Amino acid sequence: MAGAPPFPQPSGLQAWLLSAEPNSRWQARLGRGYLGWRSFTKNPLAVLGLAIVILLVLVAAFADFIAPYSPIVGGDLRTERLLPPSETYWLGTDDQARDIFSRIIYGSRITLFVVILVSIIATPVGLLVGTVSGYLGGWVDTVLMRITDIFLAFPRLVLALAFVAALGPGIENAVIAIAITSWPPYARIARAETLMIRNSDFIAAVKLQGASTPRIIMGHVVPLCVSSLIVRVTLDMAGIILTAAGLGFLGLGAQPPMPEWGAMVATGRNYLIDQWWVAAMPGIAIFVVSLGFNLLGDGLRDVLDPKAAK
Amino acid sequence: MTSSTAIGSGGHDALRFYLTKTVQFIAVLATTLFGLVAVTFFIGRVVPIDPVIAIVGDRASPQVYERVRQELGLDLPLLQQFWIYLKKAATGDFGNSVLTTNPVMTDIANVFPATLELATLGTLIGVVFGIPLGILAAVKRGSLIDQFVRLLGLVGYSVPIFWLGLMGLLLFYAKLDWVAGPGRLDVTYSYLYTPVTNIVLLDTAMQGQWDAFWDALWHIILPASLLGYFSLAYISRMTRSFMLNELAQEYVIAARVKGLSEMRVIWRHALRNAAVPLVTVIALSYANLLEGSVLTETVFAWPGLGQYITNSLQNADMNAVLGGTLVIGATFVVLNLVSDLLYRLLDPRTR
Repeated sequence: MAGAPPFPQPSGLQAWLLSAEPNSRWQARLGRGYLGWRSFTKNPLAVLGLAIVILLVLVAAFADFIAPYSPIVGGDLRTERLLPPSETYWLGTDDQARDIFSRIIYGSRITLFVVILVSIIATPVGLLVGTVSGYLGGWVDTVLMRITDIFLAFPRLVLALAFVAALGPGIENAVIAIAITSWPPYARIARAETLMIRNSDFIAAVKLQGASTPRIIMGHVVPLCVSSLIVRVTLDMAGIILTAAGLGFLGLGAQPPMPEWGAMVATGRNYLIDQWWVAAMPGIAIFVVSLGFNLLGDGLRDVLDPKAAK
Repeated sequence: MTSSTAIGSGGHDALRFYLTKTVQFIAVLATTLFGLVAVTFFIGRVVPIDPVIAIVGDRASPQVYERVRQELGLDLPLLQQFWIYLKKAATGDFGNSVLTTNPVMTDIANVFPATLELATLGTLIGVVFGIPLGILAAVKRGSLIDQFVRLLGLVGYSVPIFWLGLMGLLLFYAKLDWVAGPGRLDVTYSYLYTPVTNIVLLDTAMQGQWDAFWDALWHIILPASLLGYFSLAYISRMTRSFMLNELAQEYVIAARVKGLSEMRVIWRHALRNAAVPLVTVIALSYANLLEGSVLTETVFAWPGLGQYITNSLQNADMNAVLGGTLVIGATFVVLNLVSDLLYRLLDPRTR
């Protein structure tokens, strides 16, 4: 997002940003970004979502300074196991006498790692498959879309389960499995966008100038698909987090002693009735972060893709 | 979807339309199922767990190892292996489960009714509560109930289902004692009836074992409500958006101008048109619950397909995992296609 000046600044930067006759491409872009930001901030829930996501990033970045205890090494097993929330241990301790608050803080790194990696892997794949299939059409389109449909035919968690079962449990394999199950919807969206772009005049003009097919796809089709894809990926991030947490809960994601939130809930399951906080606290963290991404995604959709909003 | 339109006139066109649609339907079903089998075969081949060792153990002599390897057909070329796998898959043979030693399909047939029972009750709850809530939200747009439906949807998309299940157990079972704990039936009742359909609620009711019936209901109510909540969140959101769409149409204005009561306009006119896309939504939500059941069954120790898959996973029982994955995938595909077909059948405009 563009740097936003404080609101009560009537002229100067704001006027420059909102100018109807921008002097440079940069000014026009910044101006558009500013307008988008203004309509985004009108939606308080979207701002809340953004705040949660920023908080997640900050917490992950500064976990070393925020967490009061080690996430891996516990305290005294005789006296500090399964303590309820208190002033020393804000969210209580788990069965290994580890501070749950510190583990949740460090766990944000794993969550962020999964979300970023999955979107880095899955988005380009979906984008490429979708644009190529939409632009070329014909049998390429048929084959690629059939493959996409097959992957769409599996429920996400179940397919991810099968892949993790094959690759072996672990956080990297969980990321790969989730990425494999994530790209098909992106390919669908990119294809739909491409079909609309394909026959427009500017593509014909580029073609007449002699641009090659890869150049048209990469240089002219892909950039136009990005904004609707960003919305979809952001809305999807909550789903990615939930799937990763589900895999962790089943013991197939991050392995102990990593402080993965889903795995932490699984541990807490054994102490559910008497020490409820062990399971409850990490679940709240998952919920809040997914909520943040959902709110942010809704807000972005309203700004970037108004026709999709209902 | 490829769109093919039947242009022209005459009585044969409708028939031809349905014929081409049916052929297309079968073609899509066949290629997708083929793809599902190919994907599971591929997963089974990249597996680092040696399937031979899983059967003979790591202390077997090389001769035994080699014999079992040949029996499993692992010495054949990959394409030939795939062909054999495909032929077996077509007859429903996915090998034996290492864990239970039964054929995987027998196991799945045993556990599937439990999942079906749970998912059906969940969808029922979603439909019964979700549709009226969605209609109310659409009619009273912007009101408190509209906000409430929005909140339900938002929470439904954000909350981890396994965590909500655990919290439900903590609150309603451990603290309040309103419902029974994990499992499907108390041990005391489990021999009082003979499993016929393997759907406990149905079996006990048909055999007049009302005590067992109530106990089964006592057990299923929490996991079914949990799944029902996710179904409700989805169905109410979609109902709301379909109804808003219909209420903005001109025929609604015409009905109001005619002087029809608001109740009649909403329930007889608008809802009837919104019902067509709703059918597909309900089918999709039912398919989604199959996925949700994997985690829910683990939390509630519910002896269904989801628990079967996760149990097999933990014991590196790949035949069972792949068979279960394939069954869920196939059910998913069929439900999706059926919903698509229903949509076309119910809505003449799509023809």
